[in-house]
Amino acid sequence: MTQQSSVLYDVPGPRQRRITLFGSVAALIGLLVGAYYLIYQPLDETGQLSMELWGPLIDPGNENFALVWERLGVGIKNTLIAAALAIVTSLAVGTLLAVLRIQLKGLAQRRYAGLDPYLAYLLRGLNRTLSAVTRFCVEVFRGLPVVITIFFVARGFPEFGITFDNLWYLVIGLTIYNSVVIAEILRSGMQGLAGGQAEAAAAIGLSPLQTTRMILLPQAFRIMLPALISQLVVVLKDTSLGFIISYEETLNIGKQIIGVLDNPIQVYTVLAVLFIAVNYSLSKLAQAVQNRLSRGRRTANTPAPQLPPAALTSQAEGAGGP
Amino acid sequence: MSVLIDKFDVFASGFWLTLQICFLAAIGALILGSVVAVLRISPVPPLRALGTVYVNTFRNLPLTIVFFFAAFGLPALGTNADFLRIPGLDIVFSRLGTDLPYFRFALIALVLYTAAFVCEALRSGVNAVPAGQAEAARSLGLTFIQNLRHVVLPQSWTASIVPLGSVIIAMIKNSALIGFFGVIGDLSQTADQLTSAGGEPFIPVAIGISIGYLIMTVPLGAFLDRVERRQAVAR
Repeated sequence: MTQQSSVLYDVPGPRQRRITLFGSVAALIGLLVGAYYLIYQPLDETGQLSMELWGPLIDPGNENFALVWERLGVGIKNTLIAAALAIVTSLAVGTLLAVLRIQLKGLAQRRYAGLDPYLAYLLRGLNRTLSAVTRFCVEVFRGLPVVITIFFVARGFPEFGITFDNLWYLVIGLTIYNSVVIAEILRSGMQGLAGGQAEAAAAIGLSPLQTTRMILLPQAFRIMLPALISQLVVVLKDTSLGFIISYEETLNIGKQIIGVLDNPIQVYTVLAVLFIAVNYSLSKLAQAVQNRLSRGRRTANTPAPQLPPAALTSQAEGAGGP
Repeated sequence: MSVLIDKFDVFASGFWLTLQICFLAAIGALILGSVVAVLRISPVPPLRALGTVYVNTFRNLPLTIVFFFAAFGLPALGTNADFLRIPGLDIVFSRLGTDLPYFRFALIALVLYTAAFVCEALRSGVNAVPAGQAEAARSLGLTFIQNLRHVVLPQSWTASIVPLGSVIIAMIKNSALIGFFGVIGDLSQTADQLTSAGGEPFIPVAIGISIGYLIMTVPLGAFLDRVERRQAVAR
């Protein structure tokens, strides 16, 4: 970012440096005054800064401190469990889906010449249908809000007499959405690879499935690692949707605490800090991995890694939404 | 399936409300997001820091927390977000002017959250402009503002369209949360109401609601795909 901004204006000379310094001081004062009037004063006036409201969260001497953090600990544990399960299942299902779609695409050109014509038609029809069905599922589940998916899972499964813990509704809902997104990330990673990779694999006699499994998929994983890590952030953020099906994750516990202590701003501030700390470090990790990857490529004297299409990564980030 | 036809007006009004908040939130987020993007590339360090803090905060928060802040934190501060009762605008978007503040709270939460992503989309566009362009402009003696206005922004705009569109799609999907934060009558709350209170069969309602969201997201996504492919060819 510093590089880009320095491209937009000249390296400042002495006069410009004075102007910038002056501007910075003025801006800083402006920000502090703004923060005082817009944030501190309203908080102070409504008594939101009192120790009575903050105490249970930050003062170890408070009578409620231990209990509050014990409950929050339960919530954090539940959030992590749900996130971990959702990540593992989405990665597994997403990889399978990506492989399936790549295979179907490869089979689409096959004519089954040596087989009985009717059997050949049947097989080709089967390919077409499967590919249409997977495509349809991807489009639908990528287009639906995650909240709605989770809600439908929690409402719909009992409708058919299948009941689980709330945890599993949340995990299934998250998996449906994220596996589709991960499948698309991996698929675009595999398609972005140089064509010679698949051709060389075919030339040494690997079957299409072997090609995908041994040649394409590992490279796609490597190239798409940053996108996959940001998708993990999305999953972690989305577990907070568990509150709509009353799964006891962090935010839900927070709501229970607020029900007793009546300090919404304070509790949500603490939870926000927790979430930001974890997600920010994960994002930094994704960035570090990306830097590492591009550096590794450059020293190996091969063309720069193909970046995922902007639409896909930013949608993955943005959709992270809720 | 008859519920889809019998209750068509309920689905339609839910769709309309969702569309309203998406429209308003998109405009708000575009404006706020551009402001933050300008902050993030400005030459004044404190403003740059402010922009960075804003983006990192909202990008790493779950939207749910932002909504909780808006729906429970703002009333605790004793505000009803009345500044959003903009005369004239509340004739078309009637929920802006109601006494129940939840529509306005939801709007604030969506705008604050989405603006961070809009900022990043715009900035990625600016980053996509080759550095030589800005350098050439500087060598002609253009100032920072002139440089942005005449050289960088007109070119970054095309590179921003696709990521911006993805952000808007994500925002439409995120708007499904408003039904769980007190806004009555949007698509997601309609689903809840029809199935639990109305006792309607689940599957048809689910199909109806899904169609409502897919109408908004799928065509937009297909359009973006096309734009992206055309840009790829043009490059």
